[in-house]
Amino acid sequence: MRGERHGGPARGALPVVDRQPWSDAVDAALAAHRDTPGGLLPILHAIQATVGHVPPAAVPVIADALNLSRADVHGVVSFYHDFRDRPAGRHVIKVCRAEACQSVGAEALVAHACRQLGVALHGTAADGSITLDPVYCLGNCALAPAVQVDGTVHGRVTPAMFDALVQGLRGGTA
Amino acid sequence: MTRVFVPGDSGARSVGADAVAQAISIEAGMRGVKVEIVRTGSRGLYWLEPLVEVETAAGRVAYGPVTPAEVPSLFDAHFLTGGAHDRSQGPVATMPCLVRQRRVTFARVGVVDPVSVRDYEAHGGLAGLRKAGTLAPEAIVDEVTRSGLRGRGGAAFPTGIKWKTVLGAPADRKYIVCNADEGDSGTFADRLLMEGDPLTLIEGMAIAGFAVGATQGFIYLRSEYPDAHRVLERALAAARDAGLLGADVLGSGRTFDIEVRLGAGAYICGEETALLESLEGKRGVVRAKPPLPAISGLFGKPTVVNNVLSLAAVPGILADGAAAYAGHGSGRSRGTLPVQLAGNVARGGLFEVPFGTTVRELLERFGGGTRSGRPVRAVQVGGPLGAYLPAQQFDTPLDYEAFIAIDAMVGHGGIVVFDDTVDLARMARYAMEFCAIESCGKCTPCRIGSVRGTEVMDRLITARDAGDLAAVEEQVALLKDLCDTMLGGSLCAMGGMTPYPVLSALRHFPEDFGLDAPVAAGRQG
Repeated sequence: MRGERHGGPARGALPVVDRQPWSDAVDAALAAHRDTPGGLLPILHAIQATVGHVPPAAVPVIADALNLSRADVHGVVSFYHDFRDRPAGRHVIKVCRAEACQSVGAEALVAHACRQLGVALHGTAADGSITLDPVYCLGNCALAPAVQVDGTVHGRVTPAMFDALVQGLRGGTA
Repeated sequence: MTRVFVPGDSGARSVGADAVAQAISIEAGMRGVKVEIVRTGSRGLYWLEPLVEVETAAGRVAYGPVTPAEVPSLFDAHFLTGGAHDRSQGPVATMPCLVRQRRVTFARVGVVDPVSVRDYEAHGGLAGLRKAGTLAPEAIVDEVTRSGLRGRGGAAFPTGIKWKTVLGAPADRKYIVCNADEGDSGTFADRLLMEGDPLTLIEGMAIAGFAVGATQGFIYLRSEYPDAHRVLERALAAARDAGLLGADVLGSGRTFDIEVRLGAGAYICGEETALLESLEGKRGVVRAKPPLPAISGLFGKPTVVNNVLSLAAVPGILADGAAAYAGHGSGRSRGTLPVQLAGNVARGGLFEVPFGTTVRELLERFGGGTRSGRPVRAVQVGGPLGAYLPAQQFDTPLDYEAFIAIDAMVGHGGIVVFDDTVDLARMARYAMEFCAIESCGKCTPCRIGSVRGTEVMDRLITARDAGDLAAVEEQVALLKDLCDTMLGGSLCAMGGMTPYPVLSALRHFPEDFGLDAPVAAGRQG
């Protein structure tokens, strides 16, 4: 397939049979940033924001468009903690494990969270509702322990508050 | 119409500021009272958040911490005219926790609407950039050099010297890069400034551009700060609309613009060369120096890489003169240091003080002891690569040289407080684990040393718990040897300074490692 294409995918040259559910998002990200100097991170962020992860099958498409090797692109995707190569749960909870949060019980909160969701860190609950990730500082160190739920920070989080947050997510859109 | 100020800062929001703002709006509507709610940044007094301020004839009056349920009672108590209430903190101008500070860089944070250029200018903004527009590049660099400003990111390199190098490097393009990858635990000053007064940073970057002849700036912002990202984008748009950025900055005839780039969750990208790699779209792998970024930085061009707070100090230095800034501080540490008290502390937040203030003064006058009410046992200063200090070192003044003298570092000014339940051996293990998670992998002492270090700490803790002194001493010897290799052989501060928290924990808290104090002090290391 690669040999048959002359333009990059952003010019709409991917054959219809090769289209994937994520193809439009990848095309749009490439169209927006392919000429941006150092544009690979903005491209990956844009894809993940739309698709929810960076599909491994998109790596060669991105590489081709940027005139990079697949190894270059895979290397970047795998280097950064933010980028996922598979879908997360419908919601992502990030629990801070850094020192300031540890000083007021973060490790106990992490253990509680894992127990409640039945997962290890980086895992997704069996019902697909929530992915639990560690994070190393949310900059809310004076109101520790901190937790970020779908991008919103919560401060002075107790195990009971964590349970309420989870219940809210599961009772809502989950 | 009465103006009511509710912080829109992510820390204040994390404890309910949005709900409080909404409750005030609803309650005012029900009572037929007209109020204008302004979402400001936070004053940094986080134990009082959500801290609501009201503009009265006698100045601003503060109430906090306020819950949504308490809002009707605030109206009943006539808080819109400064009425007394259980949550009253009195006039902002007389709050001791603010009066005792010397707010220079953070003077506008918590006061202004962060994205209003008009508000910014009304509170002294843009004077520095206007002055810079009339000066030759050399004169701007000279002013910054004479102020004594040193890099606030942690390395404390003189900012003026860095700028002078970039100014003198011939190139067709130069860049100003703001390091907003504030990854150190216990620090949030950059975030507080970007969410509360982003135009100061923008102005500082524009001045830097004028000073070295750069027309493009980048703010490399960590992705963990989505609120700061939103505020920065809005502030940049407002700055362009007002002519602060673009082809003819404030009519000076000079061009400067700024783009925000998001990191992707890698602590190492706070290291300046890894940051540049990341900005170029690559893995955040550290570069060997030389060449210095000032000579060959972003895309191989001369580049100023400065921390948020360094750049944010610049407008004031230009506006008020180098001497005014240098008038604060002690020794070779000039100006003010925005200290962040975090972790197990009763009154955590940001306190901007002159260099030379001691750790004890900060803990006692501002922090008010631990949140748990137990004794303070240790503090970690300067983030995950900073040393743990025992109580007998709390009289050390916050001054770069004074900290170096006790094998510690001021870093970005974060102080994390621990009470007497802390296990320093566990914290030492965490330091190694964190380094293993975040190492870029380029150099062996950091990449492998941190993994081996975690394993050594695991064996040491097992031996300690078993009361096996011989095994403990064997592991301690290994640990010291390993730290020596990391200290001397790592390419950057990640591997090179991870031994700081580890060895300081061992030196000052040997009992947590299963040793008596004399045994730890007497061994090689």
